[in-house]
Amino acid sequence: MTAAQTGATGFLARYEGLKDHLPGARKPWLNQLRADAAVHFAARGFPTRRVEQWKYTDLAPVAQAAFAEPLTSVDGQVHLPAPLAPHRAVFVDGRFRPDLSSLDGLPFRALGLAHDLAEAEPHLGALAKPESEPLAALNTMLFEDGLFLDVPDGVDGGLLELVSVAVDPGRPFAFHPRHLVRLGARARLTLIETATGGGHCLHNPVFEIEVAEGASLTHGRMLQEAATVFHLSTIYARVAAEGTYDNFTVAAGPRLTRNEIHAALVGPKAACHMNGAQMAADGQHVDTTTALDHAAPDCASRQTYKTVLAGRSRGVFQGRIHVHRVAQRTDGYQMNQALLLSEEAEIDSKPQLEIYADDVKCSHGATVGALDADSLFYLRSRGIPEAQAKAMLVEAFLHEAVETVTDETLKGALTRALDAWWARQEAAA
Amino acid sequence: MLKIEGLTAEVDGKAILKGIDLEVPKGEVHAIMGPNGSGKSTLSYVLSGREGYEVTGGSATFNGHDILAMEPEERAAAGLFLAFQYPVELPGVGNATFLRTALNAQRKARGEAELDAMQFLKLARERMKALSMSDDMLKRGVNVGFSGGEKKRNEILQMALLKPSIAILDETDSGLDIDALRIVADGVNAMRGPDFSALVITHYQRLLDYIVPDRVHVLMAGRIVKSGGPELAKELEAQGYGAVQAAA
Repeated sequence: MTAAQTGATGFLARYEGLKDHLPGARKPWLNQLRADAAVHFAARGFPTRRVEQWKYTDLAPVAQAAFAEPLTSVDGQVHLPAPLAPHRAVFVDGRFRPDLSSLDGLPFRALGLAHDLAEAEPHLGALAKPESEPLAALNTMLFEDGLFLDVPDGVDGGLLELVSVAVDPGRPFAFHPRHLVRLGARARLTLIETATGGGHCLHNPVFEIEVAEGASLTHGRMLQEAATVFHLSTIYARVAAEGTYDNFTVAAGPRLTRNEIHAALVGPKAACHMNGAQMAADGQHVDTTTALDHAAPDCASRQTYKTVLAGRSRGVFQGRIHVHRVAQRTDGYQMNQALLLSEEAEIDSKPQLEIYADDVKCSHGATVGALDADSLFYLRSRGIPEAQAKAMLVEAFLHEAVETVTDETLKGALTRALDAWWARQEAAA
Repeated sequence: MLKIEGLTAEVDGKAILKGIDLEVPKGEVHAIMGPNGSGKSTLSYVLSGREGYEVTGGSATFNGHDILAMEPEERAAAGLFLAFQYPVELPGVGNATFLRTALNAQRKARGEAELDAMQFLKLARERMKALSMSDDMLKRGVNVGFSGGEKKRNEILQMALLKPSIAILDETDSGLDIDALRIVADGVNAMRGPDFSALVITHYQRLLDYIVPDRVHVLMAGRIVKSGGPELAKELEAQGYGAVQAAA
């Protein structure tokens, strides 16, 4: 297949044109990293539905669009969501905006990646796999900026917000932020990410997350961009012994969302919790794809995902759990539940367990259904009008997913994101 | 008053109610007794408007409203209440939220002021005390993890809060021990008065020792085959449905 057929041409041309001007262009290691990524991207282009991991999500609308670079200047006013905490890092069209951020007084280093590429060298590209994930290749080839944060050993980093705003310039544009998150031994952090904004854009972030021994990262994500946005994010997380990575994602807004998470539990007693709620209305597509590697003994993983689909929309859940031979006494659990609110909605659900150890507790389950008629009648028989009764049942379904979240600030923000989505559906109905 | 005339209904194309005639005057409590499969639950669902129960003939009016033409929530706001034989569990819907939403939806439909959270809690706690229910049942999901008796008490609590003018109690006694039965019966008796009527549907006479009806009707094969005073329930208990059927 040629680059033109897979939609790679435009991005490759941009890389050729920009490569001497991209941040770090004078650093040979980074040039090499980008050049290698370009080779991978040229060879594969955007994945088509013939690729197993992309069987249910069609990137043709992304591959066919002609995106330009964002033009946003580095100053000027943008509409930001209300702050959840004193500390926040703000990115506009993928570029760090120190003037809009408030990072003073944080007990660790957090800065725009483009400003400190030398420090990032050992970590950038340590986890991402551009050879197997074309979107990671695209990101590596063209990233300009991102959040680089490093919480030292034993430090409780508290709460930090990561805000990503896309500003509509009136024509299609693409940005590919690269975020590096490192927690030292026994460090702690809650990172709450909000993606907002609009325009015909491609937001293609890649996260590389390292959680050292005994450290704990809670990562909440609210992907709430406008229904014109393609949001394709890829997260790579590596968790050392007794460390914990908790991810909770609400995907409710973009035209197309791919929430792809690769997590590896590499030390004994590491843990990973991946939960989320994804919602789509008419014409939208949401996809959660997780790949979990149990590569050490005595690790635990929990995954619970909820999907709500309205109108002519489509949802995808793919969850792979790979239990390596050494990973004895693995405790794995995966559940995904979908609620279809219309006859035209479609969900594709694919759990995949590969188990090579013999002493393992691993279970998975999936449910798909419409709103329960008995429950609906029960509410209506008490005088609750049909629309309100439906809303109560949808909210109950979604809120169940949030119950596992212990951080109150995060829980509140996630709940508001869920309620806002439902309120929009009701307003549109 | 509730007035049912020549009511016929089917489920999945099968005729279940074959011409029901029944009047429950204002302020009276009537019992409907009958063996399994006689159409008792179908009658309660038809009157409350559940989907899947198709009315093929006849009429049912309540205080002059043609209730068969109304949505379930409209029937509720007009004062009709169904206590379910199998109350539904609603995980993720808090019992307090559910009760308050229902109460306020009905108040709103009737043009009355809605209750705020504090007013509601005060009212709910008062009613719960009378039903020997712990406050903790307000915090849990609707009927989630409730025992059979707790679910039935939660039904009676809803009735006590919503103050219907007619309640249909569908086998509310099933699965209750004697203490729970007494609490449920006390809850119903506390509602009795000139503005409250009830249709108590039961298989056994036992409940009617505690909720003494003004009239008893025997439902068999989709028809009321016999009506009488409270003594009819005792008669049925002693002789069984077979004797009534033979006589009818």
